[in-house]
Amino acid sequence: MSTFMQQVVNGISLGSTYAVFAMGCTLIFGVLNIVNMAQGAFFMGGAYFGLEAANMGLPPLLAFFVALMGGGVLGILADLIVFRTLRARGAHRWMGLVASLALARMMVGVAQEVFGTQVQRYPQNMFQSIAFEVGGVRIQLLQIVIFLVSVVLMALLALTLQRSSVGRAIRTVAFDEDVARIVGVPVGRTTMMTFFLAGALAGASGMLLGNLFNVVSPFMGEQMLIKGLTVIILGGLGNVPGAVAGGFLLGLIEVFSVAYVSSSFRDAIGFGLIFLILLVKPTGLFSRFEERKA
Amino acid sequence: MRHSIVVLLSSFAIVVGAAVTERPARAETPVKIGIVQATSGGSAALYGVMQKNAAELAIEEINASGSLGDFKLVGIYEDDGGDRGQSVNIFQRLINQEKVSVILGPTLTTSAFAADPIAQKAQVPVIASSNTAPGVTNMGDYIFRTSPPESMVFPGVLAYVKKKSDPKTAAQIYGIDDALMKAAYGVQKAALDEAGIRIVATETFQKGDVDYSAQLTKIKASNPDILVIGGLAEETANIVRQARQLGLGPSTRILGANAAISTKLVELAGSAAEGFTVGSSWFIQFDNPKNKAFVAAYRNKYHSDPDTFAAQAYTSVQIFAAALKKAGGVSDSKKLRDAIAETKDFDSNTGPFSFAANRDPVVVPKVLIVKDGKFTLTTD
Repeated sequence: MSTFMQQVVNGISLGSTYAVFAMGCTLIFGVLNIVNMAQGAFFMGGAYFGLEAANMGLPPLLAFFVALMGGGVLGILADLIVFRTLRARGAHRWMGLVASLALARMMVGVAQEVFGTQVQRYPQNMFQSIAFEVGGVRIQLLQIVIFLVSVVLMALLALTLQRSSVGRAIRTVAFDEDVARIVGVPVGRTTMMTFFLAGALAGASGMLLGNLFNVVSPFMGEQMLIKGLTVIILGGLGNVPGAVAGGFLLGLIEVFSVAYVSSSFRDAIGFGLIFLILLVKPTGLFSRFEERKA
Repeated sequence: MRHSIVVLLSSFAIVVGAAVTERPARAETPVKIGIVQATSGGSAALYGVMQKNAAELAIEEINASGSLGDFKLVGIYEDDGGDRGQSVNIFQRLINQEKVSVILGPTLTTSAFAADPIAQKAQVPVIASSNTAPGVTNMGDYIFRTSPPESMVFPGVLAYVKKKSDPKTAAQIYGIDDALMKAAYGVQKAALDEAGIRIVATETFQKGDVDYSAQLTKIKASNPDILVIGGLAEETANIVRQARQLGLGPSTRILGANAAISTKLVELAGSAAEGFTVGSSWFIQFDNPKNKAFVAAYRNKYHSDPDTFAAQAYTSVQIFAAALKKAGGVSDSKKLRDAIAETKDFDSNTGPFSFAANRDPVVVPKVLIVKDGKFTLTTD
């Protein structure tokens, strides 16, 4: 029983990082309806921003803030340099897909040059070394912190979308760009704000995962992008609570498929779910009814 | 028309004249050495960078010493990214276009099984310095390695651990999608069976995994006396660290594969690496004048410590240079191959080095344990 509960803890802490990353994905893919394959690169970028900050001696929470802002700035730059330019030319959506793929590869290349290809780790911090044992289940302080951070980020994002003027603007743009323009919403600025939020969430999850598993590498974003896509299909495109629930669900599914089936089947089971969901419930597991985006 | 011919002829004369006048007093015969190492592509890059550095250092030193007379070693380095498809392409290019005399590498055993047959067919000697899976040199009589196979090292490690703590049960975890790690698993399992240690859990992981908590939770539940890991350094480091974080107590000794020996392991695993036990043919504090010179030169050039694979790559170049001298050139590849094969008690940084009849290295394995953040040679 304690083994089972330990696996649940493992799944939830893995899922927290997925949930944070997927929230950013669902904003871009679902709400803005933009195919941005560079989300994984923002994730990797954020992990390195956090790493550099931590190596400079900043306390973990401040380093986390640097990762978050760093990811956000990368998001803004991607919008300014790539997506806005393409939009201004009236380019097809596929152009955005290809351009963002190129951007992602470029960022990986730059990271390889700047930071080297070897895996790096965060400096030891207090969250890593403290652990609690409850009924045979071991929980690290780090896992609790990561879980709490993901819940806080989720709440902040929900508040921003529902209550703030930025959130209202984002939802209006999501509803229809032309309508947004007619009612006086600054579409360009709103899109940029969404890119910032999505990049910040990606960067934040990069630092969380990097801390949790002690791994920062230029290649860490590629796997994560696929996980993010899986989660937003699970949770429903543009559905923020769905992305969070989907993230935790995917974390648990992965851990349990390794624990009770085999490590070779982990991805097969995770990605097999995509097909199943698309066939059975294409709006995602967590949509109660066919609703408008955001 | 006539004018342009005059220009052409005169420029031709100038070029030829320049070439004649600039020819050095002594003719240098370049000998091309293909260096195929992964310097990108995740875990493999750890080993690739080290070996590339060490090989280039050795080439530089040999050229500077003038011990080869008119021969000048020219290293041609290619990055295969740890991808065997790339290794095959690079081998073909090096052999057919660059006409290299020898190939050092590739980094991964998986790549070796794909690419080495090309060199064997073309009769170009290959000297690997990080392939440790069984059967690599069985691919042909032109395939050599300076890295001892896992089967030469692990039984010695296990014998040491048995003497120290007499474990009754073991858990194994290994990378299922890598030829080297699967082979390491096979060797480790055979040695455990041989030693009469019961295997209570067997788990697997995939290349590039970062989360091992699910497997380690199961392993912890099986309560083994020792945990045996078949993984490269980065993976092993994370497994060790996560195992300790999940509460696998210090009474459970963790053993690794030869390939896990890297300064990176200690750096990544931190204090969790304490007590990690592994076997090797070389270690940095090895007290031997050749080794001390090598370590000093490597530190001086790259401002970091070499690892086992760097030491073996350095030795590979030296063995090749000695064979080149003995064979008197590279034009006869059979003669060159025989000269490499005849290497016996060569004074290397790993101690006296010989090739066995099957072109595997003959070395005395040493047991290393991580102590105070450093791999340390066991003295008992």
